[in-house]
Amino acid sequence: MTPPPPESIAFDRRRFLDALLTVGFVSTAIAIVYPVGRFLIPPAGGEPAVDATVAGRAGMLRPNSAALFKFGTRPGIVLRTADGEVRAFSAVCTHLDCTVQFKADTTQLWCACHNGLYDLGGNVVSGPPPRALQRFTVNLRGEGDEAEIVVTRT
Amino acid sequence: MTVLDWLDERVDLRGVRHFVAEKGVPLHAQKAWYYLGGMTLFLFVVQIFTGILLLLYYRPSAAEAYESVQFIVSEVEFGWLIRNLHSWSANLLIGLAFAHFFSVFFLKSYRKPRELTWVSGVLLLFLMLGFGFSGYLLPWNELAFFATKVGTGIAGAVPLVGPFALRLLRGGDDVTGATLSRFYGLHVAVLPAITTALVAVHLLLVQRQGMSVPIGVERRLRPGERLPQMPFFPNYILRDVLAWYVVIAVLAALAAFYPWELGTKADSFAPVPAGIRPEWYFLATFHTLKLIPSHVLGIEGEHLGVVGFGMVAIVLVLIPFLDRRASRGESSRLFTLLAALGLLYLVSFTIIGHFAK
Repeated sequence: MTPPPPESIAFDRRRFLDALLTVGFVSTAIAIVYPVGRFLIPPAGGEPAVDATVAGRAGMLRPNSAALFKFGTRPGIVLRTADGEVRAFSAVCTHLDCTVQFKADTTQLWCACHNGLYDLGGNVVSGPPPRALQRFTVNLRGEGDEAEIVVTRT
Repeated sequence: MTVLDWLDERVDLRGVRHFVAEKGVPLHAQKAWYYLGGMTLFLFVVQIFTGILLLLYYRPSAAEAYESVQFIVSEVEFGWLIRNLHSWSANLLIGLAFAHFFSVFFLKSYRKPRELTWVSGVLLLFLMLGFGFSGYLLPWNELAFFATKVGTGIAGAVPLVGPFALRLLRGGDDVTGATLSRFYGLHVAVLPAITTALVAVHLLLVQRQGMSVPIGVERRLRPGERLPQMPFFPNYILRDVLAWYVVIAVLAALAAFYPWELGTKADSFAPVPAGIRPEWYFLATFHTLKLIPSHVLGIEGEHLGVVGFGMVAIVLVLIPFLDRRASRGESSRLFTLLAALGLLYLVSFTIIGHFAK
């Protein structure tokens, strides 16, 4: 029978084994957490950012009316003012990303989620939105009612 | 004051403390088989974990399922790893579950008082096969599509309730996107819920009753003699963890070096690809059904096969109640023979089924 090791050696051995175990478990945890963390981050969207689109035909918009259109993956709104000018904005409210709509009675853009109001220049009139709506450049391609409304991000 | 003290003061952990201090594992020549259950459980946890991760990107529709799995393995960072782990772990899990099943069968651990542990375990084994069957379809590839046609067709051969079962499983007369939705719900909600409850019962029983000692070992003990025990915490649990590390190593190697194939997208108007066969754990059943002649004594062969398998399943659940000798603590040769024949049948038919044309 070998005599039991002196207390200090037994203690050192225990500490060494504890350290070894800890290193092992921590490495395992890292080997799991790292790939999982990377997996959770979605890959960059496959859809290319759109810089210009055709929102519709000029004929579809009577004065003092508006229509929503797709601008890439997000909604835009194109409107014709009472004096005939065509304007386009992002329809995404700057407050919490709801989609705004045109109110013909007050000639304003209105967000139904939290009662945000914008004027027809996209500027905040009242309510919680912190910033004006993003405004797009509008060009008409062609003549008369058949002219395409080309909306460009500026 | 530690967190444990804080908890103890509020919910009284005396019972837990006592259990942790007292729990022991009997030591004898056959103790190595005790690891199998823990390893199976470990893989089940891996399945839950990787399954939840796959849910973040998977889309359960005929139009998008295949593409979303393709997206996971090719676009998402480490997506290939998570998907390969899930597929390989599923297969290892079923393999280990069968090994666990046969070890318990041979050692007669099911005998009184552990009948219910066996019943819950056999039901869990069936649930694992259900997981395998339903999960196989989810990538919506050609092989899975036709395997599901055949598999649900077999369910349709059950006498009386067959046609109903077939429509219930398929969500219609054919395997379509509706089938995919059903299998998805089954795979990620229904089966996990039932399995979790059954695993809890299974583990609770194991903890409550302790480890079973083989009859042979028990009979060799002199009156009043007790087997030496190893404390579960920390001695045995560390050995368990070691076994889990072996599982991780095998699993990681398989996932990294043998990517699970995705195949081609399912097309219901394409002909069945040659050499179609189910997953390996259904091969024995599949091959048996192929061997049964179309009519036996005026009964349709398919019906006979399905009823036969159903009866085997019921007998398996009832084994502890049929094996009276083992329950009295006597050696039970007949059931050892049954286990050996069952193992021989499964292994040989799986191999034959694999190579058969």
